[in-house]
Amino acid sequence: MNSPIELQPDETFILNVGPQHPATHGVLRVKMEMNGEYIVEAETVIGYIHRMHEKMGEIKTYPQFLMNLSRMDYLGALGYSHGHVLLVEKASGIEVPERAEYIRAIMVELNRIASHLFWFGAFVMDLGGFSPLMYALQDREHILDMLERVTGSRLTYCYFRFGGLYNDIDDEFISSARRFIPRMRKSLKKYHRLVTGNIIFRKRLEGIAPLSQEMCRKYGASSAVARGSGINFDVRKNEPYSVYPEFNFDVPVFHECDSLARYNVRMEEMEQSLRIIEQGLDKLPEGPIMPAKKPKLIKPPAGDYYQAVETARGSFGIRLVSDGDKTPYRLKLRSPTYSNMHLFDEACRGMMIMDALAFMGSLDLVIPEIDR
Amino acid sequence: MILEKTKLALQNLFPALETKEALTEDTSKEQDKKTQKEPRQNGLLQRDYSVHGYHLDAQVAADQLIEAITILDEAKYFIESITGVDWIKEDQLEVIYDFSRYDFDLCRVVIRTRVDRKKPIVPSITGIYAGANWHERETHDFFGIKFTGHPHLIPLLLPEDADFHPLLKDFKA
Amino acid sequence: MKLTLLNVVVAVVVAIGFAALNAAYLVWAERRGAARIQRRPGPNINGPFGLLQPPLDGIKLMAKQLTIPGGADKVLFIAAPVLAMFPAIMSFVTIPFSDTIVAKNMNVGILMIFAFASMGGMSLVFAGWSSRNKYAMMSSVRAVSQSVAYEIPMLITTITVVMIAGSMDLTEIVHQQSGSILNWNIFPLFGNSHNILMPMSFLIFFTCTLAETNRAPFDLGEAESELVAGFHTEYGSMGFGLFFMGEYANIVIGSCMTTILFLGGWNAPLPFLGFIPGVFWFLLKLYMLIATFIWIRWTFPRTTIYGLLNLSWKILIPLSLFNLLFTAGLIKVF
Repeated sequence: MNSPIELQPDETFILNVGPQHPATHGVLRVKMEMNGEYIVEAETVIGYIHRMHEKMGEIKTYPQFLMNLSRMDYLGALGYSHGHVLLVEKASGIEVPERAEYIRAIMVELNRIASHLFWFGAFVMDLGGFSPLMYALQDREHILDMLERVTGSRLTYCYFRFGGLYNDIDDEFISSARRFIPRMRKSLKKYHRLVTGNIIFRKRLEGIAPLSQEMCRKYGASSAVARGSGINFDVRKNEPYSVYPEFNFDVPVFHECDSLARYNVRMEEMEQSLRIIEQGLDKLPEGPIMPAKKPKLIKPPAGDYYQAVETARGSFGIRLVSDGDKTPYRLKLRSPTYSNMHLFDEACRGMMIMDALAFMGSLDLVIPEIDR
Repeated sequence: MILEKTKLALQNLFPALETKEALTEDTSKEQDKKTQKEPRQNGLLQRDYSVHGYHLDAQVAADQLIEAITILDEAKYFIESITGVDWIKEDQLEVIYDFSRYDFDLCRVVIRTRVDRKKPIVPSITGIYAGANWHERETHDFFGIKFTGHPHLIPLLLPEDADFHPLLKDFKA
Repeated sequence: MKLTLLNVVVAVVVAIGFAALNAAYLVWAERRGAARIQRRPGPNINGPFGLLQPPLDGIKLMAKQLTIPGGADKVLFIAAPVLAMFPAIMSFVTIPFSDTIVAKNMNVGILMIFAFASMGGMSLVFAGWSSRNKYAMMSSVRAVSQSVAYEIPMLITTITVVMIAGSMDLTEIVHQQSGSILNWNIFPLFGNSHNILMPMSFLIFFTCTLAETNRAPFDLGEAESELVAGFHTEYGSMGFGLFFMGEYANIVIGSCMTTILFLGGWNAPLPFLGFIPGVFWFLLKLYMLIATFIWIRWTFPRTTIYGLLNLSWKILIPLSLFNLLFTAGLIKVF
């Protein structure tokens, strides 16, 4: 649908989508130059919720920075914390007890399902179907209740500590998690019947915004954006960390490259996360949750360290440049949505605005994660 | 293994260095000890993945940057991020480029380049990796590094009229 | 029945009152229905079952400040909501609720109703254009193209029914469907039509009603997540209230037309149930159709604009034209 006609300067108009807009999921502004309903050029303007977490990383000590991690991607906060504590433990050489690692993996997977449920509800709402949001949020409430019992927070968790966790899980958590898994599987079937099979929904997404593998590579896309284009990349399998090698799960990869493929990837991921939680609960060892000896003051040796984890939105990376002091010399947070969002400008040329907004929904954006 | 191929390809950028020394993790540890006293010199190091989290670490001069990145592009790496570090004691700014791979042949490569703190000018790699656009704008926002050849080097995260660079070590709010 | 001026005035006032009451309480029904589908209670605080909610909402809307954006065309801006409400309410004058309950029966009843419906389409243009807002303009462009596209299959299907009935008088059309449920126009073979394709006509007409009234899945004009609020972005307070009520009045008119043309109007489904007055059957069918409207809205996502237009121009219009010719042929032959 690229217009082959030369457009005169007064034939296009500029439409500002955001920063206050129901569809942009946060404060994001997209300046679109439109020709009728078609987008000629788009420019994403970010920075409306930039809080400079990286500077805070240089000023705060390592334990003080733990709470910052959940404020970025608030929907998938545990994945971020996981990356941070793994990095500092790797740099300082702190051993983590096995029980703590298993509990961390279970919590992260529960958080991933909660994040995907919210994405699912908001995405279908963007397309005009208002009801699945309510059903998805109801399922999410089960997860948040479970997590709140153990961690104390519903959304912005500060649960992981260097070396382990601060609070152990109890039998009540294990039994409610075991009850949750079949319930969630029934809900997923319901969502597939209600939404995935719906012809209006499929027509909205099939063939929209095809992203080639080359484009994903040039921009560094990860998670459903890459896996929906046929790239088999999941940090849990490509670069295993923590106890993920112990689990038996698949990575969903679809090859159609369009928005429907990205949707299918995330729906399948929820099922795979349920498998991981099941296996985690079965294999959960007894033991302590914090190491016997832990350094009083965390001071990683001078050098350069990097850790990548798979969060709900993609490959999150932290780089630590330490000079042996109690605060980092430089802490760089590589947010996956930053790279995913960058694709939007180039990919949405020539699309209609309805399709562009459906595409934005399929990218699963959380703006505070882009802006940090 | 892609690790060996990339290592050989990148080593060609440093013909002057002694290649009789085998490039192992021990040389990296020696290099680290040396770096504590004086700024690191251009060269290629191989790192211990279980400690540092990446495999290859190449420090290049600013004019060799495009060549090094082209090697990685042809080997099908994807750009992970670009960032900067302010080495105020050595009066240098460092730009760090992270690359990784999509396939199971894991190899993380870090390309660094150091420039003078008073006049930080680095060529832009947006011609090779289009995704470098936002990363370079952010680095420019935080450190003031100018990327020549960048199509649109205006502040990304900071306000459009910002003329300060927050992550510099001598930045006073 | 001698028609004095007083009779006519009372009848018209009652018709308008019915329309306004429906429009107001349909909001309540929609909110409760939507809530039930989404597994939450819905309005249940103001009055029993939340029944006082619409009047209180009305009072709130009237108390708000009526803002007109600077640079907006004042005349069109204020005319648009009035134009949205007025034709819908006036169409009620000709709708027969039963044999004897009709404000003013006209022998070109259908023509009048469709004339008023086309007038309603103008309000979309006035609203979008005069708001001086890009979102509103874009949405009114979409809404107009949708309106035009779906009027055509609607009219063609109506002509099919008119051909079968032989008259444009609404009361006459319903009389032709009296008897049992099998005489209703929707059912083939047994009804007057002897026409197998009538259920398809019913579906086409129903879809067109959904599209004409800007209801999901065809609500691109008000697509909330894309264009903020579409053509009524700049309207607050009573302007918004009038648009809202106008939309619901349109829904009632559309459902009335569907009932009269296809579902037998006020006829009981089985002859021995004829002792229950016709009004009851009419209202029962009417509200069942409205409940279906609400059900559909909260289940399906929105179509794209080209999907919508393709559906009309490439599918509905050829099908309804084919049905028209088929019916004409059948009438000639039998």
